[in-house]
Amino acid sequence: MTVPASESGIHKRVVLAEADIDRALTRIAHEILEANKGSRDLVLLGIPRRGFPLAQRLAQKIAAVDPTVDPDLIAGQLDVTMYRDDLRRHPTRSPLATQLPPSGIDDKVVVLVDDVLYSGRTIRAALDALADLGRPRAVRLAVLVDRGHRELPIRADHVGKNLPTSSRERVRVHLAETDLIGGSAVNEVVIEDRV
Amino acid sequence: MTTTTSTRTSARTGTAYLIRGGSLLGRGVEDLLVRDGRIAAVGSAAASGAPQDAVTIDADGLVVLPGMVDLHTHLREPGREDAETVETGSRAAALGGFTAVHAMANSSPVADTAGVVEQVYRLGLASGWVEVRPVGAVTVGLGGERLAELGAMAESRAGVRVFSDDGICVSDPVLMRRALEYVKAFDGVIAQHAQEPRLTEGAQMNEGDVSAVLGLAGWPAVAEESIIARDVLLAQHVGSRLHVCHVSTAGSVEIIRWAKARGIDVTAEVTPHHLLLTDELVRSYDPVYKVNPPLRTPDDVTALRAALADGTIDAVGTDHAPHPSEHKECEWAQAAMGMTGLETALSVVQHAMVDTGLLDWEGFARVTSVTPARIGRLGHQGRPLAAGEPANLILVDPAARWTVDPTTMATKGRNSPFRGLQLPGSVRATFYAGHATVLDGRLATPRPVPAADEEAPAWNL
Amino acid sequence: MKHLLSTHDLSARNALRLLDVAEEMAAVGDREIKKLPALRGRTVVNLFFEDSTRTRISFEAAAKRLSADVINFAAKGSSVSKGESLKDTAQTLEAMSADAVVIRHPASGAPARLAASGWIDAAVVNAGDGTHEHPTQALLDAFTLRRHWARVGGTPSAGTDLTGMKVLIVGDVLHSRVARSNVWLLTTLGAEVLLAGPPTLLPIGVGAWPCTVHYDLDDALAQRPDAVMMLRLQAERMNAAFFPSTREYSRRWGFDDGRLALLDALGLDDTVVMHPGPMNRGLEISSAAADSPRSTVLAQVRNGVSVRMAALYLLLAGDPHDDVPEQHDLPALIPEGRTP
Repeated sequence: MTVPASESGIHKRVVLAEADIDRALTRIAHEILEANKGSRDLVLLGIPRRGFPLAQRLAQKIAAVDPTVDPDLIAGQLDVTMYRDDLRRHPTRSPLATQLPPSGIDDKVVVLVDDVLYSGRTIRAALDALADLGRPRAVRLAVLVDRGHRELPIRADHVGKNLPTSSRERVRVHLAETDLIGGSAVNEVVIEDRV
Repeated sequence: MTTTTSTRTSARTGTAYLIRGGSLLGRGVEDLLVRDGRIAAVGSAAASGAPQDAVTIDADGLVVLPGMVDLHTHLREPGREDAETVETGSRAAALGGFTAVHAMANSSPVADTAGVVEQVYRLGLASGWVEVRPVGAVTVGLGGERLAELGAMAESRAGVRVFSDDGICVSDPVLMRRALEYVKAFDGVIAQHAQEPRLTEGAQMNEGDVSAVLGLAGWPAVAEESIIARDVLLAQHVGSRLHVCHVSTAGSVEIIRWAKARGIDVTAEVTPHHLLLTDELVRSYDPVYKVNPPLRTPDDVTALRAALADGTIDAVGTDHAPHPSEHKECEWAQAAMGMTGLETALSVVQHAMVDTGLLDWEGFARVTSVTPARIGRLGHQGRPLAAGEPANLILVDPAARWTVDPTTMATKGRNSPFRGLQLPGSVRATFYAGHATVLDGRLATPRPVPAADEEAPAWNL
Repeated sequence: MKHLLSTHDLSARNALRLLDVAEEMAAVGDREIKKLPALRGRTVVNLFFEDSTRTRISFEAAAKRLSADVINFAAKGSSVSKGESLKDTAQTLEAMSADAVVIRHPASGAPARLAASGWIDAAVVNAGDGTHEHPTQALLDAFTLRRHWARVGGTPSAGTDLTGMKVLIVGDVLHSRVARSNVWLLTTLGAEVLLAGPPTLLPIGVGAWPCTVHYDLDDALAQRPDAVMMLRLQAERMNAAFFPSTREYSRRWGFDDGRLALLDALGLDDTVVMHPGPMNRGLEISSAAADSPRSTVLAQVRNGVSVRMAALYLLLAGDPHDDVPEQHDLPALIPEGRTP
């Protein structure tokens, strides 16, 4: 599906619609349970902003499969701002809250959840942040979109969609929990390119 | 302005100048012949009377004014030659359109003896850029305890008539009374730095809304006004002449207006910076705005302008106070008080008073030359622009605009609060006793030291 | 934000941002590993021209928790007291590649002078200048008040301001940099500010401030403040004719046991008592008041580190040559409740 170039000269292409995102998350939820051989010791930590609602959605889907799971008790948020290696290259970013599930992360299987995997630097920062918070038994990575162009030896364990892109393009994830587009909540992944 | 230079000048009498087409006091356009230290002719007689070798100056579009007389200049010599010398300060004065300055007494040693005032006077003569009239200290060492030898200073070659402890208030009422009385014997005047010392201990800036926010110790208006009120009453009681230095508040204006209405012989001066700047500038904490008395409020500035226009305040005094840069490149509280002013006075007063319509050029001449000369008893300064009068005059281009750059000034001080401001008016030429000290807006040559007798009084050629 | 010099010039936006970041910093203080790598390799100089161990160690702890290198320069008793100028000291620090200078100075405006002079390129943080401002003290006071206000209102504190709150500041306002910084910051954040003190210790010009002035402390307390902030009475004021005696001062403007009981009598159950420290117990505040459950004195000290971390982080973490304010197109995602 192609949206005509907007007035600003940016060409937008929707690559995942709401149903696509939902299907991808359902699949990832099943993969996580399969890889973990059940829901035992699972903790899903979303990286703000959009990783957190994705972690919540995954928790819901896991709970739908395994009724013993309380989705609110396995999903949390991990802010990595203070651990980034590019702080000096941008205007100062405000850190956001880190919220761990009540069980903590020691000896847990932590699944980091983010919307887009790109250079891998955010995940590197997340691993450092985790180390300051506790000692998980294992750390895995789930992303909605992997767009390539890795700069570090990091790969995702669970990927919603592999999306070959040029580095000129921007991948935008819009989620109902965090984004209002034209006044309405939408769920979509868009590739933007300057025309 | 263009000058047509003659090849031959007379060493004895100096160059003659035919000034063509200038507007005398901003009114009628007349030619003017300067010769042998005097205005030799005005009008059509000027050209016809000009000698063959006279230098012709095209003064079309320029205003001809009597040379400015500053009642309040700090030349720093002797003692602080790193801040200013008589030579550098009087160069700045000539460039600024002055033909006479009163050098304040707070040098080191203090100008409280005939010896020191004569030294300053001789330095002025030797420099030759303007007439330098020393001000004598009122009290020994500015100590506020014993009267200095006022009579000896008055009778010295410096012929001191203005006495002041400027920088420090003569706060002791008995001492002030005695000083006012004593100088009557030789037609002197006490120029009071009105600042009640106890009310201004540690004071850093005007006390008001801005000081409340900045947390700087306040210099309340009442500290100035209470001393002026006391002093005008003292002057009335003993029948003496009082001059008030650098009036800075609307309340002071009211007291002086009241005193004048009662016939008290009081005169007052205002600085150019108090006619333009306000304490809002202190918000920068830049010590270039630190001065004593401090910058006040917009209401005070308005009142001071009105008072200068209606004659309540008689004169402009620059309070030119150069400081070495290390005394300003520091925290506000540690910084020295004072601003340079000689080279910006004309422009600031034009901007604040003439361009606003409060004064015409004749009024400008009154407050910058005629009245200060009368207060200082300089009979040959601030004279009419008429044939036979001493040729102390300046040519001013009122249409000029320039941006203040302290680094290019003749004064050693770089502490101009007008830095970066675009101001109107520039001094194109200054004639001091008929000698051109400034031509084409640049320093020309100093007036030669009178050859016959090096110690001759400034005016008697 | 390049410097933190005063709260007078601090926008509501930047003030809230500082407080919100401080919330995250406070969460770090609750962790086992209380350290963040954000300022690794950066140098923070504590340049103190006045003794203030409390403020200095608070800034030192803040800088170290952010992994910055800290150099403490007690200018008192050093070359500075031998006549070295602020300019030379600043240029020395510049030559040592200081990224931030935290300056405490007895002269009002010294930090502003340092920031504007061009002598140094580092970020300047005002840690108290003369009788001018003490912005981080006001920020930690606001942070303490905001947490209290949120607890009373049953809401999370992050993102909220002090609208509806009534804060009474008592004592020597004239010489207090804490009072000045608080008046501007608390009103910027929407609080209503009342001042009470002897007329001799209220500045000329206070009428132009965005607050009401009371000469009688009990009248002011009858206005039902949500917080009472007692200012320290400096020893040097006690013999300078600002008031007849410390006994009279204490009786009229001290927060004594009677006034502590008055809060109960007025039914002001949620009113807190604050003091920036160090306290003159028995003079401006009674021991019972200082140690009562209403007292926030220790919380203020604790919050000081979080607020100073926030200030150092916001001044130093980003690109120093890119002063474009961060644009938030989304409301910050604040999870409800917080687990350590």
